[in-house]
Amino acid sequence: MSAVAPPVVDAAPAGRSPWRDARRRFLRHRAAVASAVVLALITLACVFGPMLLPNAFDSVDWSLMSAPPTRAGWHLFGTDELGRDLLVRTLIGGRVSLLVGVLATLVSMTIGVVWGAVAGFAGGRVDSVMMRIVDMAYAVPYLLVAILVVTVFGRDILLVVGAIAALSWLNMARVVRGQTLAIKSREFIEAARAIGVPTWRIIFQHVVPNLMGVVVIYTSILVPGVILTESVLSFLGLGVQEPMTSWGVLIHDGAAVMGAAPWMILFPAGALSITLYCANFIGDALRDALDPKDL
Amino acid sequence: MSETTATPVLEVKDLSVRFATNDGPVYAVNDVGLSLARGQTIGIVGESGSGKSQTMLAMMGLLARNGTATGQVLHHGRNLLGLPAAELNAVRGDRIAMIFQDPMTSLNPYLSVERQMTEVLELHRGCSRREARTRAIQALDAVKIPDARRRIDFYPHEFSGGMRQRVMIAMALLCEPEVLIADEPTTALDATVQAQIVQLLRELQRDHGTAIVMITHDLGVVAGLCDDVIVMYGGRVMEHASAEDVFHRPSHPYTRGLLAALPRLDAGAGALRSIPGNPPNMNALPPGCPFSARCRFVQERCTTTMPLLQPLAPGVPTLRACHRPVADLDALEADHA
Repeated sequence: MSAVAPPVVDAAPAGRSPWRDARRRFLRHRAAVASAVVLALITLACVFGPMLLPNAFDSVDWSLMSAPPTRAGWHLFGTDELGRDLLVRTLIGGRVSLLVGVLATLVSMTIGVVWGAVAGFAGGRVDSVMMRIVDMAYAVPYLLVAILVVTVFGRDILLVVGAIAALSWLNMARVVRGQTLAIKSREFIEAARAIGVPTWRIIFQHVVPNLMGVVVIYTSILVPGVILTESVLSFLGLGVQEPMTSWGVLIHDGAAVMGAAPWMILFPAGALSITLYCANFIGDALRDALDPKDL
Repeated sequence: MSETTATPVLEVKDLSVRFATNDGPVYAVNDVGLSLARGQTIGIVGESGSGKSQTMLAMMGLLARNGTATGQVLHHGRNLLGLPAAELNAVRGDRIAMIFQDPMTSLNPYLSVERQMTEVLELHRGCSRREARTRAIQALDAVKIPDARRRIDFYPHEFSGGMRQRVMIAMALLCEPEVLIADEPTTALDATVQAQIVQLLRELQRDHGTAIVMITHDLGVVAGLCDDVIVMYGGRVMEHASAEDVFHRPSHPYTRGLLAALPRLDAGAGALRSIPGNPPNMNALPPGCPFSARCRFVQERCTTTMPLLQPLAPGVPTLRACHRPVADLDALEADHA
């Protein structure tokens, strides 16, 4: 009686994964798409801009020191007190800020997801111990340690990445653990067990894909936070070493001469603000697109 | 239908399950036994909380963390209880497979059906992805999913409930298991789809000789599919008989109550019959028969001593756990009527 097959419909070519649905919803969010475009442009400008512009980030123009924005010598953002081109410095600073942001986010995301998923799935004593470690790490006075580390080992961009990641994976681990606890009790996990899937494989093949919605959303919140933290560290003089620079360093330097040369703070601060704004917009849209109630 | 051979594929002896809870131990399953031959179907029926699902989970080593199982679950003579996880994983999904109640939640929403099906073959058969895919498509064809070649790349949310249950069945049968444990596979489906699924299971069983343990509270499914029936109540076996005997000559008051509670179209628009009372609190089971509090035929000793599960008469395969002889039940029922 069940032999009769319904006529085959030719629509919907391949499987619509939950991800594809989310992408569709995201693309409907205009502000987020615009933000993504702006962010892409900023990234491209930071990566390729310095190669195309005539000035080097550390070369001094002796004729133009603390000059306001001018077309002379391509100093479109003006120059700083030492006569270095601010446009190129802003772009170079953006490279550092974005790189630190992406690297630190990746590191903390990886650690956080693995740590949280294992703790949540294992449960019991393993969970307690792992989460108490997270609690203890939280209690460490973070800036103090960062200052100490930089003083001892010197300024290094990887050190900055490490310092930021060491702080920011903690929240990720907590969020992921909570979500894992919810997923663990779902029936398809029991079904996977009944199929004979080993525990490690259940965690990384069955649980982690289900976490990705939360992880993506949380990451989109993490990126601006990390970029901001980098700026804070740089502002405190713990970031990259002169003449290399970052947005935080530029803002720090610009803040000192804000009254006399406002462009020195306006351009890097503007670049940072626009980036953060875009990142937050994208995060909002991702949250809507990946809303579990629609899945 | 039953081609019972001498050596059972799966044998359960004195299986008990206990959960440690904050309110003290809960004895969810007590001394359950069954024996399953190749191609045989056993139905386990009972109300919610009668321990039927926990019995199956215990057999598969899937109990919750606070649960412990004692007794024996013998698969070709090897006890599965207490087996290390790796050895158990080699059996689960390969020799013994399981279908769950709700096909809406037992497939992973973020993995395509192809990924979930090929995983089984990769784990147990060491197939390559491509080979596994071919076999998975064949399996979907076998459960009559139209256009399987294309639909295998779909995600679970793109299938209807009945289709998902077919996918689950196809997945469970990928490795041609000897035993299929089906935990209320039709409960979440509507009536016409239920009938199709039962029909499908019957065909697959005929083709592959799979033994099926069917947990259900749908007596219609039992009638349509099962050779033997185990009636459970309060974590104990009340009656164990052939399906025919259970329907035509129920020997236990609880079985009689269950059958009487079946709504019948030909009986007119009378009130629906039910068994008065509620299932027992598993935290505090009475010392005697767990059904005694709701039994129409209760006697004093029913509340104090547990009746043993024993043959109805010498040489008869039917097992029952009741102090009252069947003749008493018949006489009392005639009085009531």
